[in-house]
Amino acid sequence: MCLGIPGQIIEITNVDHKLAIVNIGGVKRQVNIACIVDEQHPPEACIGDWVLVHVGFAMNRINEQEAAETLQLFQELAAAQAGIST
Amino acid sequence: MKYVDEFREPEKAETLCCEITKLCNQVEKPIKIMEVCGGHTHSIFKYGIEEILPQAIELIHGPGCPVCVMPKGRLDDAIAISQNHNVIFATFGDAMRVPGSKTTLLQARAQGADIRMVYSPLDSLQIAKDNPDKQVVFFALGFETTAPSTAFTILQAAAEKIHNFSMFSNHVLVIPALKALLDNPDLQLDGFVGPGHVSMVIGTDPYEFISQQYNKPIVVSGFEPLDILQSIWMLLQQLVENRCEVENQYNRIVQKSGNTVALQAINKVFAVRDSFDWRGLGDIPYSGLKIQPEYAQFDAELKFTIPNLKVADHKACKCGEILKGVLKPWECKVFGTACTPETPIGTCMVSSEGACAAYYKYGRLSTIAKRTITQKPKITQEPLPACGFSSD
Repeated sequence: MCLGIPGQIIEITNVDHKLAIVNIGGVKRQVNIACIVDEQHPPEACIGDWVLVHVGFAMNRINEQEAAETLQLFQELAAAQAGIST
Repeated sequence: MKYVDEFREPEKAETLCCEITKLCNQVEKPIKIMEVCGGHTHSIFKYGIEEILPQAIELIHGPGCPVCVMPKGRLDDAIAISQNHNVIFATFGDAMRVPGSKTTLLQARAQGADIRMVYSPLDSLQIAKDNPDKQVVFFALGFETTAPSTAFTILQAAAEKIHNFSMFSNHVLVIPALKALLDNPDLQLDGFVGPGHVSMVIGTDPYEFISQQYNKPIVVSGFEPLDILQSIWMLLQQLVENRCEVENQYNRIVQKSGNTVALQAINKVFAVRDSFDWRGLGDIPYSGLKIQPEYAQFDAELKFTIPNLKVADHKACKCGEILKGVLKPWECKVFGTACTPETPIGTCMVSSEGACAAYYKYGRLSTIAKRTITQKPKITQEPLPACGFSSD
């Protein structure tokens, strides 16, 4: 029910209705971007953003730096374990 | 797929399992962790996470599956609305096979009701535009994750002056449900894996009461296997260090204060009900959302006559105890016999996020059911077996 899928906004199709096209793993789908636009983030500025798509809405942006840091932590844990076992 | 595949690497899962095992050795007691969200339950079974964890850890599958907590009476109300001759009733597919007291939406459709499955509430609004001579009703259900999408749909219907559209709101709130669980003396928990996508909307601040008033740690988690394993690892770190804090593993999506735009939409369109009936948990105060009087023209509960009756669950069904984590699915007499995903008696067998359906589909009962923690667990530092994850 709370399923969310990452996708990248590639086009704004209707500024008034806040509609955009999102590329989700090669599949292009129209989504509503009302949840992620405000004065600081107008629709036009959303192109290229990675978002989490849920029931036809882009619910939030994906923070690329935070994702990278999480993955980096996994790398460091693996490296530390490899160091212990050698 | 970016932001998915990287979080499914088996080698990293094995690394995290080793770290979890080390911490289990330090805790030296059985550990009960509840994953609140049905999405987590589904992932845990899909990827076999329960099997690769040390035996000291028991995962309790919580009530965070909106379909599973839908009481029969509300389903009866939905079916009653759908049976009006001029109504097109739109719903997410999840709700189609949920049993009411006599029938399901799927059976009601077979008997002639115009019931349509939609992917988004906006699709139901489009159906209303395409069918101006019909009343279109959307079955709005879900936690705070889904509520913004229905709120924005009502706002759009109001802006476009679409008068043949309404919603039957069954949105529920996660915080009152967690409080009800924590107040249940039958439930003994060491910590929570918090719901990731609900938190994307509400943030992590609302969980502070769990650590401050109930002295339980909670880690808000993503849904990929590495997310869940890291969250369990973070919970164990808190237990080892004798901390009770709200932590956020899913910080690539979840911000502390949530999504203010989405919250504003929810607060504009919805008001909190005085009480709402949850299957298995009963009436929980201030745990449901109704449509604000300002948008009454879009409230199906005001537009249509509904039975509005409370209906008791089937006596043989133990969904209530399972949702509270008091019983395991296989301890229910009808599990896998009279109650299957094809012929569900209880809601936990309907949704893929329900604990019963997950156990039924992914099986492994022979190994999982044996994982009792009544004896002191045997914790080992030996290398773990390969996790066997696939990224497809």
